[in-house]
Amino acid sequence: MTRPDAGAVTPSRTWRKPPFIANPWLRYGLWLVVVVYLIWALGTLPFNWERISEGLPRAARIFGGGFPPSFERGGLLLTGFKESFQIAILATLLGVALSIPFAVMAARNVAPLPVYLFGRAVIIVSRSFHPVIVAILFVAAVGFGPLAGILTLTLYSIGFVGKLLAEEIEEIDWGQVEAMRATGAGYMATLFYAVFPQILPRQVGLSMYQLDSNLRASAVVGIVGAGGIGGTLMNAFGRYDYDFAFAILLTIIAVILVSEGISGWVRKKIW
Amino acid sequence: MLEISNLVKRYGHDEAVLKGLDLTVEGNSVVAIVGASGAGKSTMLRCINRLVEPTSGSIKLNGNELVKLRGAALRRARRKIGMVFQGFNLIDRLTVMENVLAGRLGYVSLYQAISRRYPQADIERAFHLMERVGIAHYANKRADELSGGERQRVGVVRALMQEPEVLLADEPTASLDPRTSEQIMILLQSLASELELPVLINIHNVAQAKTYTERIVGLRHGKMIFDGAPADFNKEALDAIYGGIEAPDDEITEAPTRVGEGVSHDQA
Amino acid sequence: MVDHAGELADRVWQRYDRRERLIRYAVLLVTLMVVYWAVRDIDIFWPWVWDAPNQISSLGARMWPPDPSGLAAILNAMVETVHIATLATLLTIFVALPVSYIAAQNTTPNRFCLWLGRFILVSSRSVNTIIWALLFVAIFGPGVLAGILAIMFRSIGFIGKLMGEAIEEIDRRPVEAMEATGASKAKVIAYAIVPQVMPAFFAIVILRWDINIRESTVLGLVGAGGIGVILQGSIDTFAWPTVATILIAIVVLVLIGEAITSLLRGKVL
Repeated sequence: MTRPDAGAVTPSRTWRKPPFIANPWLRYGLWLVVVVYLIWALGTLPFNWERISEGLPRAARIFGGGFPPSFERGGLLLTGFKESFQIAILATLLGVALSIPFAVMAARNVAPLPVYLFGRAVIIVSRSFHPVIVAILFVAAVGFGPLAGILTLTLYSIGFVGKLLAEEIEEIDWGQVEAMRATGAGYMATLFYAVFPQILPRQVGLSMYQLDSNLRASAVVGIVGAGGIGGTLMNAFGRYDYDFAFAILLTIIAVILVSEGISGWVRKKIW
Repeated sequence: MLEISNLVKRYGHDEAVLKGLDLTVEGNSVVAIVGASGAGKSTMLRCINRLVEPTSGSIKLNGNELVKLRGAALRRARRKIGMVFQGFNLIDRLTVMENVLAGRLGYVSLYQAISRRYPQADIERAFHLMERVGIAHYANKRADELSGGERQRVGVVRALMQEPEVLLADEPTASLDPRTSEQIMILLQSLASELELPVLINIHNVAQAKTYTERIVGLRHGKMIFDGAPADFNKEALDAIYGGIEAPDDEITEAPTRVGEGVSHDQA
Repeated sequence: MVDHAGELADRVWQRYDRRERLIRYAVLLVTLMVVYWAVRDIDIFWPWVWDAPNQISSLGARMWPPDPSGLAAILNAMVETVHIATLATLLTIFVALPVSYIAAQNTTPNRFCLWLGRFILVSSRSVNTIIWALLFVAIFGPGVLAGILAIMFRSIGFIGKLMGEAIEEIDRRPVEAMEATGASKAKVIAYAIVPQVMPAFFAIVILRWDINIRESTVLGLVGAGGIGVILQGSIDTFAWPTVATILIAIVVLVLIGEAITSLLRGKVL
C-alpha cells in the first residue's frame, strides 16, 4: 500500500456513536425504569400456570372441534347478522344526526363557555368508555336485546363523529359567519347558512366511516347481551359448539372485509 | 483496469438501452461519459456494479469477470467499486460519520455494523478522508443538516471508504449549484490522481467534462459514438451526441462561458 | 340541510346537474328504504323504548353517590389493566415487525411471504380484541395471559399494517447506495431501512398503547383479567355505587393515558 492517504501520519482518534439520549443519568435511568417495570409487572400479575399448561391440549380440542366450520345452522347465523346490520344502520343514523348538535356544543367558536364544557364532557366521556362497557350498562338499564345495542352505538358514534366534527367547526372560514351576522341573521340562521354548509361534505364521509365501524362494534356488543351476531357467537362458545363458532367468526371476517372495502370506495368517491 | 465488452441491456421486450458497448479504462484516468437523457449513461454505470443486471456482455475489473457473480461473491466485488450518486443517497437520519463508515459495510461483521463498533483503522481512515475534503468537523452532525455540496462530499468519502479499485459517479453535480459542482469536479479529479484510481463520471455538463477529465466518451441511443481527448471534442461531436435531441440549449452552448469564468475565479 | 348543500353543489357543477341529482335521489331513496326495513323488522318491544329514558335515569340514580369503599381493589385492578396493555404492546413489537417486513411490497423476500404476511395482518385486524379474548379464555382459562394474548393478536395487525406502509414509503436511494457498497441484506436493512422508519415506529407504538389501554378495560368482561372482572362482578351483584366508582376510575385512566401519549409524542418526535 503506497497510497498517499494510507501513508499519512495521523494521531489515533476514536469515534463512538453519540448516544440517543445525551445525559448518561437519564439514559441509564430509563433502562433501569424499564427493567424494574418489567420485573414488577411480571412479578405481580396473577398467572395461573397450572391452568395455562393445559392450554395446548385444549387449543387442539377447540381447533379440532372447530374444523371444518359448520354452516348447518345458517338460519341462526343469518338472523344474527340481520340484527347486527339493523343495529349498525339505526345507530349510525341516530348517532350522526345527534352528533351535529353535540359538535356545535363542543366547538369553542360557536358555543358559549358553559355549553362548550358540557358538550366536551359528553364527548370525552363517551369516547373514554369502550362500547362493550357502555353496552353492559345499557343492558342493565333497558334489558337484553338490540335496543341496548342501538343506544350503545349511538353514544359511540356521537363521541367519535362529534369530536371530529367539533374540530371541523372550530376550523371553519369565519368570514362566512361574519357575513351572515352582518345581514342581521339570528344564531340558528347563522348556523344553518354559514356553518353547516362548510362541514357537511366531511359529515358524509364520516357517516360512511362510522357505519363501517358500527358494524364492527355491533359484532362485539352482542357478547354482553346487546343483540346481534355477538350473542350468537357467545352462545356457540358457551355450548362448546366450536364448529359453529368458527363459522360465525369466518363470516364476521368476510363481512368486515367487504364492508371496509365498500366504505373505503364510497369515501374515495365522495372526497 | 476496467474492461467492458459488448455490453447489452434490454428492459423487458423494449428496444435495448445499451447496444453492444465496448469501453476500456486504465490507470488513474478520469473519464467523462456524456450523452442526452436516456442515452444509457446511468444504465451503463449501474451495470458495472450490477445495481442493474446486464442482459449480455462482459465486464472485467482487474481481470475478474463481474457479470456472472452472485450473492457473497457479488458483494465482495461491489466493495471494490465505489459509487457516487446524483441525489447523494445519504441516510438522512444518521450522522455524517455513520454515513461515511457505511462505506465499510462490505468489510465489517453484522455485529460491528449494528453496534457501530468499527475497527480503529476504519475510523482513522474516515477522519483522514473527511479532513481531506473538509467535512471532519461535521462528524457527529446529522446528514440532513448539511448543504448540498457538503452532502456530496460525504457521498464521495463514503465511496472512498470502500478502498475502491474504480470509482463510478452518476451525475455527481447535477443536484448542485454551478459553483459547488465545480468544487466537486475538482475534488474528483484530484482524488483520482492521489489515489491512483480510475474514475468514470456521467455528466450532463459538457464544459465541465472538457475541463476536468482526460477522456470523453459520448453515448447516443446506447451506442458509443465518440471516444477521445477533450481537445478533440468539437462542435461536430457535440452535434452527433445531442443533435436532433431536445436537450436544454443553455447546458450545451452557454455553459462553457459560465464555467470558464468559474475556473478563472478559482485560480485567482 | 342536505338539500341546501345539493343545490349549492348543483349550481357550481352545472355539467353534472341532472345525473348528480338523480344519484342523490336514488341514494336518499335507498337509505330511506333500508331504514324503514330496519325499523319495521328489528326485534324490539317498542313500549320499552319509550320507557328507556326512565330506566336509564333510574339506573343513574342508583349509582349515585359513587361508593369509594372498594377503591384499593379497584386501583389494583387498574394497575393490572395497565400492565396487560403495556406488556402486550411490548410483546407485539417483536411479532409485528417481522410480519410488516414480509408484508411490505419492497422488502418481502418472495410472493408467498407477501401473501402470508397480508393474511396474518388481515385476520388479526378483522377479529375484535374481545373476540380474541373469548378464544384465549377458552384455551388458557380466565386470567391475564388470555388478556395479554388477545391484545397482542389484535395489535399485530394494527402495528404490522401501519409499519408495512411506512416501509413501503421509504426513500429507495439510500438502499441502492448501501447495496452498492457490497453490504449484505441484513446490513442494508440496519442502515438504510431502520433509520428511515424509526419515527413512524415510535408514533405507531405510542398510538397503539393508548388504544390498548382502552381495550384492556373490557377484557375482564369475558374473564381475561383487568378492571373488567371487578366491573362485571359489581354489575352482577347490583353494587351500582361501586360500578360508578369503577367508571370514574376508567375515565381517569384513559385521560392519564392520553396525557402520557401526547407527552411522549412531543418528546420522541
